[in-house]
Amino acid sequence: MFDPKIIQKDFPHLKRTIHGKRIVYLDSTATSLKPQQVIDKENEYYTKYNANVFRGIYTTSEEATAEYEKAREITATFIGAASSDEIVFTRNTSESINLVAYSFMLDVWASGDRVLTTIMEHHSNFVPWQQLGSGRGIDVDIWYTDKNGLLDMKALEKLVTKKTKLVAVTAASNVLGTINPVKEIVRTVKHLNPKCLVLIDAAQAVPHMPVDVGDWGADFVAFSSHKMLGPTGIGVLWGRRELLEDMKPFNYGGDMISEVHIDRTVFKKAPHKFEAGTPHIAGVIGFGAAVEYLTALGMDHVRAHEQELVTYAIEQFSQVEGLDFVGPKRADVRGGVFACVMKQAHPHDIAQLLNEDNICIRAGNHCAMPLHDYLHVASTARASFYVYTTKADIDMLVEGLLKVQKIFS
Amino acid sequence: MDLYRENILDHYKHPRNFGHLEGAFVTSEEINVSCGDRIVIDVRLKQGKTPTIEEIRFSGEGCAINQASASMLTEKVTGMNVVDVLNLTLADVEALLGTQLTPSRVKCALLPLEAIHKAVQFVR
Repeated sequence: MFDPKIIQKDFPHLKRTIHGKRIVYLDSTATSLKPQQVIDKENEYYTKYNANVFRGIYTTSEEATAEYEKAREITATFIGAASSDEIVFTRNTSESINLVAYSFMLDVWASGDRVLTTIMEHHSNFVPWQQLGSGRGIDVDIWYTDKNGLLDMKALEKLVTKKTKLVAVTAASNVLGTINPVKEIVRTVKHLNPKCLVLIDAAQAVPHMPVDVGDWGADFVAFSSHKMLGPTGIGVLWGRRELLEDMKPFNYGGDMISEVHIDRTVFKKAPHKFEAGTPHIAGVIGFGAAVEYLTALGMDHVRAHEQELVTYAIEQFSQVEGLDFVGPKRADVRGGVFACVMKQAHPHDIAQLLNEDNICIRAGNHCAMPLHDYLHVASTARASFYVYTTKADIDMLVEGLLKVQKIFS
Repeated sequence: MDLYRENILDHYKHPRNFGHLEGAFVTSEEINVSCGDRIVIDVRLKQGKTPTIEEIRFSGEGCAINQASASMLTEKVTGMNVVDVLNLTLADVEALLGTQLTPSRVKCALLPLEAIHKAVQFVR
C-alpha cells in the first residue's frame, strides 16, 4: 500500500528539525529529497568498488562498470525504451537538451527553418533554441496556453508548417502544473509534418507519472535524476536509436572513442560516444537505485497519490482569501505544483514567513520568465509535492498562508 | 516574525516618497531579475559645492523588505549630500530596517540603495 507516512521514514532529511520543528519540504519541483537507499547506493560505489569504468581488468573496475551499465538498463526499462543503448547520461535536463541542439539541430538546420516551443517552457527548453537559432535564420514560434493554462490542440495545426524542424515541448509545466497530452501532440505534429522532430522535456513528468517513450512516439526525451529521488549532477537523454547513431558527439575526449590516430578518430557507438570523460559514476549508480525505488512504489500509485493531494490542496486553498494559483483548476490535468499569488503579500514575503515554520517553498519565476510575463505576474510563490508529501503538510502550508494573510491584511 | 516588525510593515503598507517627480534631475531603474522586483528612483538635486538631494521619489513593485527599504532610504537621504549617499552600505540599510538580513534577502533590501547610487553616481 502506498503510504507517504511510511515513505517519509526512508528520507533522512525529514528527520531533521530546525528550532525544534520538523521540516515541511514543499519544493520537490526544484529538487526532490533522496531516500537512504539512494544515499547508500552512491556510498557503496565509493566504499566497495571505487574504480573507473570501462578500463580496469581488475575485479572492482568490472563491478563498477557492471553497476554503471545496470543503471542504464534500469532506466531504459523504467521509461519503456527499446534498448539501453538509447539512454545517454548527461549532467541534467539542460545538458540533455543542449546535446540535441548542438549535436543534431546545428547539423540539420537551414536558414528559414523554424522551431516550435510553448510559453510554459522552463528556460532549459527555451533559451537553447532562442540562442542557437538566432543568427542562423531560425525563428522560434510560441504555442500559447488558453486562459485555463492548457495548450489548445486546434492552435497546433496552424503552428506546425513544412518549415518546422523541431517541436520542443514540456510534458508537464513546473509552474502551471499542466500535464500536456504528449502522445496526442506528437501524433498531430507527425501528421502535419512527418519530417518534424519532437523533443519532450520530461523533467516534471518522469518523476511523477508513468512514462512510456515508445507510447509517446517522440524523438527525444530529456529528464533529470535529482528531481526523481536521485543524486544531483545526472541527467538523461533518451533518443531514438537511429537518430543517436547519426548524431555527432557533443563533447570530444576520453572514453568516447574506439580508435585515435594522429590524423583521425573513430568514435564509440551511441550512447558511449556522448559520454566523454570520466562520468559521474557514483551519481549514475545512485540514480539506478532511485529508479528502482520508484519502480517498487509503482508510478501509477505515485500519480494517484499526487492527484489526491492536488484535489485536497485545491479544496484547502479556498480557505485563504485572496490566494490564487496559476494553471488549470482540475486535478486530472495537473501535477502536484501550485504557483500562487496572494493579494498584498509578495511571494518573497510569503516564502520568508513560511520559513519561520520550516515550510520550504520557492518564490520567484521558477526559470520561466516568458510565462510569468505572459501571465502578467512578476513572480509567484510555489509549493510542490512528491511521494513523501502528506495532507498534514498541506494543512501546515494552509495554516502558514493564513498567518501571512493576517500579517499583510 | 522578527523581520516583519511593525515599522517594516508600516513602511510597506504606507510607503513614504512613493511616486514620481516631474522634471526630476536624475532618474534610474534597477531590476532584480531573479524575482522580477523593479524600482525607479527620481531625484531632484540642489546644486552647491557638493550637490545634495533636495527631493526623491521611488516607484515600482517589490516585497515588503524591498519596499520598506526604499521608503526608509528615501527619507534618510533627503537633504544628504551625494558623497555621503554614495558611502551608504548594507549596514546602513540593516540599521534602518532594524534587523539583520539572511543572504537570500540582502538583494531585496539593497535594490533601492543600488538604484539611488546609480542615480547620483556621476553627480559629484
